Amino acid sequence: MAYADDRTGNSQLALGGSVEDYVELLKPRVMQLVVFTAIVGMLVAPGSIHPILGIVAILCIAVGGGASGALNMWYDADIDAVMSRTINRPIPAGRVPGSHALAMGITLSGFSVAILGLATNWVAAGLLAFTIFFYSVIYTMWLKRSTPQNIVIGGASGSFPPMIGWAAVTGTISIDSVLLFLIIFLWTPPHFWALALYKKGDYEAAGVPMLPNVAGERATLNQIVIYTLLLVASSIGPVLTGLVGWVYGVPAALLGLGFTVLALRVWRSEGVEMKRRARGLFTYSLGYLFVLFVVLLADVGLNRWFGVL
Amino acid sequence: MADEREMTEEQKAVYLKRRRARSIAIGAVLALLVVIFYAITVAKLGPDVLVRDI
Repeated sequence: MAYADDRTGNSQLALGGSVEDYVELLKPRVMQLVVFTAIVGMLVAPGSIHPILGIVAILCIAVGGGASGALNMWYDADIDAVMSRTINRPIPAGRVPGSHALAMGITLSGFSVAILGLATNWVAAGLLAFTIFFYSVIYTMWLKRSTPQNIVIGGASGSFPPMIGWAAVTGTISIDSVLLFLIIFLWTPPHFWALALYKKGDYEAAGVPMLPNVAGERATLNQIVIYTLLLVASSIGPVLTGLVGWVYGVPAALLGLGFTVLALRVWRSEGVEMKRRARGLFTYSLGYLFVLFVVLLADVGLNRWFGVL
Repeated sequence: MADEREMTEEQKAVYLKRRRARSIAIGAVLALLVVIFYAITVAKLGPDVLVRDI
């Protein structure tokens, strides 16, 4: 069989990709965050779910996220080929033909949405379908290359997993699940702009309009501070709605304070020093989100399962 | 997708090894799918499946 459009004359391609290459199409590292936040969303939701159905639901959310990763890699192969961070991805490196990523993405999308719907409910399945559509079509194909606010909009698709996990249990969307969405949504811009500040040259070479390239470093720093303040405010939301108490509230406030201080320190610096601090902020933001969700789960868990508070 | 006749013995060995690994992976995924459908069915039916009002 000839895949004429896939022929690159690359001997790697002729030998066929390894299983690891195909797994890499699913963006396993992004999947970790998706699985983690979806599990937290599922566990803090009021109500209960059969453990087997819960595991199947998490698997579906993970595979659905992976499918959108594969669709993203299929469409973005041209720009991935010119950025140092992505040049070794299976398609630009010539280990997997683009058509395989497309086929894999579409197949896994269909199966993950259908099985999630059959195992839990169609609100959760609908949210998963919308997430995949949003990430692969609205973000990847349309907005990523056309607006410097690409990160803000693309971040929305990464924010859905806890909402899907929540909906798998309750079959509904509520203020609390929207708050979980909002926290990740507002966290994404400062997280990725910090990365973009010290990887600026890469995005420039690829022609992706990241904020630091288009609006300048000063404007990006201003935006980082604005989004950080919004993030910290929204992270207190679950306390106000009564979902959680001080076990979450106190660490969340302290972590938010740390985030704000680091963001302001990047904001006040310039040049090489700014890039160094931006890298620090990027690392901190990863830990921030993880710990925030852990204490959220701990708070709900101590109350509900152990009746400690 | 590759023309095996143009390959050296070494390339052919790599090609066949990778193809075999991919086939096993797909087989494992299909087997998992069977298990998942079985598990969902049992979980959804629940213990009341034998309790039937006439």
